[in-house]
Amino acid sequence: MSATDTATDVPLPARKKRFNRNEVLAALIFVLPFVVVYAVLFIYPTLQMIWLSFHKAPLIGPGTFIGLDNYAKLFKDKLFGVAFWNTVYFVVLTVVPATLTALAIAIGVNRLKGWMQSLILACFFIPYILPVSVVFRVWGWMFDSQFGVLQPLIALVAGDNVPVFRTLPLFMPTVAFITVWWTIGFNILLFIAGLRNISPEIYEAAALDGTSKWRQFTRITWPLIWPVTVLVLTIQLIAQFKIFDQVYLFGNGGRSDATMGLVQLIYRSAFQKNNGGYGATVAVVLFLIIVVFSVLQFQMLRARGEK
Amino acid sequence: MSSVATTPAAGEVVGMSPRKRRIIRTLDIVGLIATVITVLGAIFWAFPLYWAVVTTLKVENDIVQPGIDLWPRRFTLDAYTHVLFNTKIGTWYINSLVTAVSVTVLVVMMSALAGYAISQLKFPGRRILWWIILASFMIPIPALIVNHFVLISQFKLFNTWLGVILPQLVYGPVTVIIYKQFFDSVPKELREAAKIDNANEFQMFFKLYLPMNWGITTALAIITFIGAWNQFLWPFLAVTDEKMMNVTVGITQVTDAFGVKYARDLGSAILAGLPVAIVYLIFQRKVTEAIMLSAGIKG
Repeated sequence: MSATDTATDVPLPARKKRFNRNEVLAALIFVLPFVVVYAVLFIYPTLQMIWLSFHKAPLIGPGTFIGLDNYAKLFKDKLFGVAFWNTVYFVVLTVVPATLTALAIAIGVNRLKGWMQSLILACFFIPYILPVSVVFRVWGWMFDSQFGVLQPLIALVAGDNVPVFRTLPLFMPTVAFITVWWTIGFNILLFIAGLRNISPEIYEAAALDGTSKWRQFTRITWPLIWPVTVLVLTIQLIAQFKIFDQVYLFGNGGRSDATMGLVQLIYRSAFQKNNGGYGATVAVVLFLIIVVFSVLQFQMLRARGEK
Repeated sequence: MSSVATTPAAGEVVGMSPRKRRIIRTLDIVGLIATVITVLGAIFWAFPLYWAVVTTLKVENDIVQPGIDLWPRRFTLDAYTHVLFNTKIGTWYINSLVTAVSVTVLVVMMSALAGYAISQLKFPGRRILWWIILASFMIPIPALIVNHFVLISQFKLFNTWLGVILPQLVYGPVTVIIYKQFFDSVPKELREAAKIDNANEFQMFFKLYLPMNWGITTALAIITFIGAWNQFLWPFLAVTDEKMMNVTVGITQVTDAFGVKYARDLGSAILAGLPVAIVYLIFQRKVTEAIMLSAGIKG
């Protein structure tokens, strides 16, 4: 890159300079918009969030430094416990089912050919690109306690129509199910990409040896698809810990504390109770949880990249 | 159970032992069952959307009749005309369109520029910048809502387009990473040739690197647009004025004064999802490509 170095008339030590001034200048102009946006909207809010968590402060306006009091309060706050366990419950209900179902569907779709495959894949994938409001309305109608198309089925089991989203034990499993329906297309895509990377020759060889399909799956497909499975699991884990939209909407605008998740507690504390400091504290906890899983994911991506 | 592995050829099957032949025949039945299950699964998956669309085409009185009509008894577009003419959905559409397009243009532009510099130029701080971008994966954006809100309040951007747009620009880092990967793989010879022609960095970027990667630019733009259109949490927080709401927020927050009207509620939802559904159907390939890239799988 130093082929066009114009350093002939500069003093000798300068020749060792690693940077070409024009190049540096161009680079600065190129990265400037991104760096400014990133610093103002990403790094500054992150640092300010941590700073705010040490303060008793309203959402807008100055606060007083109270050290770790907000963090101590977390442990005594029943609502934090509820929000934390609701989030964990939601993660448990969604992550593994969404991953395994996606793998099964991907295997099924991958066997198909041509337009049939595109059509079937589109059926599974389309919900993923829709906004949450559409998902909310569509499933709200499916489960509508008066005229929902699923109510005859529910009445068959329960004896009568059930307002699913107002029945606490049914709330999270139902919203988790809807979330799996909504987001599974993403997982399916990753699995199909993974399946296509497995050379068909391996299967041909196995078929010639008379290996049963089930053994082909346990001995070939499953081990070879495992890295994708781990990737899907961690992406899901990180995404579902940030749950807010569906739970908030189906939970009747968050009017019930019993269905609250962590992000909703941030919203409740900071925006509805005007306690910015405490909201930021919950945000820091969420941040720490995500950091742990992200480090995990990052290590895996790097391991993949080095291969 | 598993994929392709088509039986080699009819001729070879004949040469096999009866036991093996029997295995292969039962396996075809297994394959058939797998196909049937997959198709039934797809129907199950598509049904809620089909059911919602069909409901919007029915007369409100027919909707509340007992029984399941898979096709409207009386066909009508009343729900849509009502939603289009009697709600603020037109305004919400414009708000969504303006904010989503702005987010898309800004994210793609600044990411392409930054990705190019990190990929092709030597400058102090390059490595640190790269590591910070990679580390940004760890920050859950919903955790930043409190401080984003403080920020846009300080700049008096509450209830404005800019207030909705700016915090969404933090979705840029993934785009930078993908651009860097693509710019990295542009052959060095092209760069040297352009250098000999005395091209400066701006010409290099706009005449060589960007045009060579139009494919990835459209893919990233499409997926950024879909993501921005679908945003709920931030537009929901940054706007309380009905006139400034995005369509995804508006249809859930503003309810009809006349109580529940199933066809109308669903109609407004279908309209809210229509633009992204159309974009997806036109650009299927691009959408899937971009999704895989952002998950770290290079297609």
